[in-house]
Amino acid sequence: MDEGRIVKVSGPLVIAEGMGNARMYDVVRVSDKRLIGEIIEMHGDRASIQVYEETAGLGPGEPVYTTGEALSVELAPGLIEAIYDGIQRPLDKIKDRVGDRIERGIELPGIDHERKWHFEPKVNPGDSVKPGDILGIVQETTVVEHRIMVPYGITGTVRDIKVGEFTVVDVVATVETADGLRDITMLTRWPVRRGRPYAEKLPPCAPLVTGQRIIDMFFPVAKGGAACVPGPFGSGKTVVQHQLARWADSDIIVYVGCGERGNEMTEVLMDFPELIDPHTGEPLMKRTTLVANTSDMPVAAREASIYTGITIAEYFRDMGYNVALMADSTSRWAEALREISGRLEEMPGEEGYPAYLGSRIAEFYERAGRVKCLGADGREGTLTAIGAVSPPGGDLSEPVAQATLRVAKVFWGLDSTLAARRHFPAINWLISYSLYLDRLEEQISKTVAADFGDLRKEAMQLLQEEAELEEIVRLVGIDALSIKDRLSLETSKSIREDFLHQNAYHEVDTYTSLPKQRLMLKAILDFHHSALDAVEAGVEFDAIMKLEVRNTIARMKYVPEHEEERLSSVFQQIKAAFIGLTQAVGGEEVA
Amino acid sequence: MLKEYRTVSEVAGPLMVVEQVEGVKYGELVEIEVSKDEIRRGRVLEADGSKALVQLFEGSAGLNLATAKVRFLGRGIELGVSMDMLGRVFDGFGRPRDGGPQIIPEKRVDINGNPINPYARDYPSEFIQTGISAIDGLNTLVRGQKLPIFSGSGLPHAALAAQIARQARVLGTEEKFSVVFGAMGITFEEADYFISDFRRTGAIERAVLFVNLADDPAIERISTPRMALTAAEYLAFEKDMHVLVILTDITNYAEALREVSAARMEVPGRRGYPGYMYTDLASMYERAGRIKGKKGSITQIPILTMPEDDKTHPIVDLTGYITEGQILLARELHRKGIYPPIDVLPSLSRLKDKGIGEGKTREDHADTMNQLYAAYARGKDAKELAAILGEAALSEDDKKFSKFSDEFETRYVNQGHEENRTIEQTLDLGWELLTLLPVRELKRIREEYIEKYLPDTRPA
Repeated sequence: MDEGRIVKVSGPLVIAEGMGNARMYDVVRVSDKRLIGEIIEMHGDRASIQVYEETAGLGPGEPVYTTGEALSVELAPGLIEAIYDGIQRPLDKIKDRVGDRIERGIELPGIDHERKWHFEPKVNPGDSVKPGDILGIVQETTVVEHRIMVPYGITGTVRDIKVGEFTVVDVVATVETADGLRDITMLTRWPVRRGRPYAEKLPPCAPLVTGQRIIDMFFPVAKGGAACVPGPFGSGKTVVQHQLARWADSDIIVYVGCGERGNEMTEVLMDFPELIDPHTGEPLMKRTTLVANTSDMPVAAREASIYTGITIAEYFRDMGYNVALMADSTSRWAEALREISGRLEEMPGEEGYPAYLGSRIAEFYERAGRVKCLGADGREGTLTAIGAVSPPGGDLSEPVAQATLRVAKVFWGLDSTLAARRHFPAINWLISYSLYLDRLEEQISKTVAADFGDLRKEAMQLLQEEAELEEIVRLVGIDALSIKDRLSLETSKSIREDFLHQNAYHEVDTYTSLPKQRLMLKAILDFHHSALDAVEAGVEFDAIMKLEVRNTIARMKYVPEHEEERLSSVFQQIKAAFIGLTQAVGGEEVA
Repeated sequence: MLKEYRTVSEVAGPLMVVEQVEGVKYGELVEIEVSKDEIRRGRVLEADGSKALVQLFEGSAGLNLATAKVRFLGRGIELGVSMDMLGRVFDGFGRPRDGGPQIIPEKRVDINGNPINPYARDYPSEFIQTGISAIDGLNTLVRGQKLPIFSGSGLPHAALAAQIARQARVLGTEEKFSVVFGAMGITFEEADYFISDFRRTGAIERAVLFVNLADDPAIERISTPRMALTAAEYLAFEKDMHVLVILTDITNYAEALREVSAARMEVPGRRGYPGYMYTDLASMYERAGRIKGKKGSITQIPILTMPEDDKTHPIVDLTGYITEGQILLARELHRKGIYPPIDVLPSLSRLKDKGIGEGKTREDHADTMNQLYAAYARGKDAKELAAILGEAALSEDDKKFSKFSDEFETRYVNQGHEENRTIEQTLDLGWELLTLLPVRELKRIREEYIEKYLPDTRPA
């Protein structure tokens, strides 16, 4: 192990001499406190090191040890239900060791090396295997079957394969390769800054069903897609991210809390074991890995946390799973980049951010996607990346938001005026977009109902119209509008309040299946059509507005999914109500 | 014996360079003997080979490069803590300023603290009744929350903070409660307002005050809130007390931060504030909270005066991203004579959902809260419309909403400086106001609650 000497300490940046043999991005141990750091710049034998822990108390002359390894994560059974800091140290074990506060220089493996797992082989001696082939499985939690794959770079014939209880560092298989016998353990390591390999990248095709009406109906994201949620503070970014982590129909969720509030991670930790996944009937925690680097934790580890999270997500993708990664917030990650860049005295780009900000963000989102995994069975896996962006003052012209919009295919623009009216999720339907819409609609039409796309288009049109009509109302008053326009306004209001508005804290409203979403929107639009017809037939506008059935439509969101009859009875009620109205008008004519 | 250096080579603004030093550590506390009877303090900002860059807390006036003696103390900035701190007033650096004796510390604690392990945190969920409707009913404060007041010059944030400090209590419990007050760069009069209010109500007995006034050294402000929070952590997590920390004014703190950053010629972020301001503010705000297995808690109410009432100013903006909501004071309401002038629409308490409802406040709390918000927003819109087109242009419903929003401001938001409403009073008042609206418009409330709580207003 090589040893260098510190010459300068400035916040999270340490400069050391005598580092000639180290490589860029090698992990080093700084001082005898053994703080973890990473080399980010080399000048001759001087290395600039970003230190992942608080550097107070370090001074020139103290030693720096290189490890010769890039920053890596441990991948093996034990990832699910774990909570890690930005460099994959398990926070629960840190608490057991040092108590309520995180002290420095703690060295703990990301995976428990002592715990035994039941390994069940899927190949036989004599089988030839190549990277990505599934050697065996471990039932990690009640819902996650952890597939042990042949590590990257090993091709050959299985000589020996075991069955039974093993730790992650026990040898479970031996493969004869061209270079001799290779022992395989369940544990592998992977450098976080390098994307994991796959056979082929494919365009995303299936929707990620989130149970959030505005997302699924109007701005869907595909499994394997990239989405971003920018918004000013208080607009509900974190609630949107939490809702997706809760209800998205993904096999695995990786949630990265990057430079955000400690209590938000605590909320996830307390809620997820209690909440039941509607798809599997098991607690949500059984499919979740958390990476938490809260805002008071060291800034350099915040930079790493995004990579730690996405590497874990890629690993599960490679097993053939649908994985969703939530990163809250990528702006904090960008700020960490800026801080380190400033300390390196690099020439700044916009707003002090380094010039490479855009390429780093693009690299990150590009690690999302639908892929054909390595391995002979040709299985497919997807990795959906959803990043929150926290633009200063909610101003989307700032560099992080702009760089993100260039690469993310779905944009859920949060709006502080909507949030102030407690319209949640505060996703502004006029500015948001999803580039997956056409591709996904075809599939949803097949699986849910053929009119799904038509309902969406009509509703969206009404909402667009509303924005224009409101302009007119603001100028000349509501009386200037025709009855038809006033109906459109009322219907848009109903779409906003009864459909788009969704209460994350209401036990039923928090999740809506696609069929129920369709019923709700259809009811609103059916009412609209019937009302238009009724107006034609001479019914008063006010009489329509007083119909009790409007209330029934408004309350559909609170009707549990299983009460299907109650939901579909709305259509009968609408029909009956309008028959009543038109008959009354008709009756007068006869009299 | 500590080594003494007489090798100060440069002083510029709040920074000083000392050369030919040995064994200097980053972050270490420094003593500078300016003259025989004056000792100032500083902190190492950068240790570069044999050079140390030191930040001076008390300014550089009168410092002579040739005669100044510098000692590196080998430890960070510490605060001596003990229960005797209660009832005392200290300066921004933890020295008594009330004329009383030095306290005898039970122990000395580094003021920077270590981050709380998120796994060790307990989620804040206990409702704090402040007796102020606009907070209790709509932006509920819970124990362990950090909820700032965004104010502007000339608005009564001090009165509001003092009222909260006076009235705050958790329902159904009589637990040990204390207030820690950290003042950064506020005027004597404002500090005096708090101190005399605490004296008048007897709250001073259970309060610790750290006061850095406007004419005290500006750089000292960087350590003042950390002193306050260190004291609060001691009281909360070692002495089982529920601590309310009031920090005022964060704007002055951020300006001190900017001064140091500018002197170091760092690449600035927005409006000249350093790029690491988010991290720096977070290292203070995140010290609020609860810890599993500990009885005490730290609830933080930082006060910010928004320059030009601008909510997008970096200090305000970054704070909003870290804290769990905000209470926004509005000049317009203040001019109408409404106290407290809380603009409820942009105000928010993120943790309210866990602190309200059955068993905590009342089952109907969440629904009525949402309804009041939505109705007030609609009423304000209607009033805006009426301002352009005249009252006559409004629909019947909109007229009702417009009336509602007026009543809401004058009866619900508005209350006396000494008025302490219980949560039941606040909730009932909400229902009373909702009777102004047609029942079919109460879409955010479950039907069973409407039946149970909506007062019957139809004439008998």
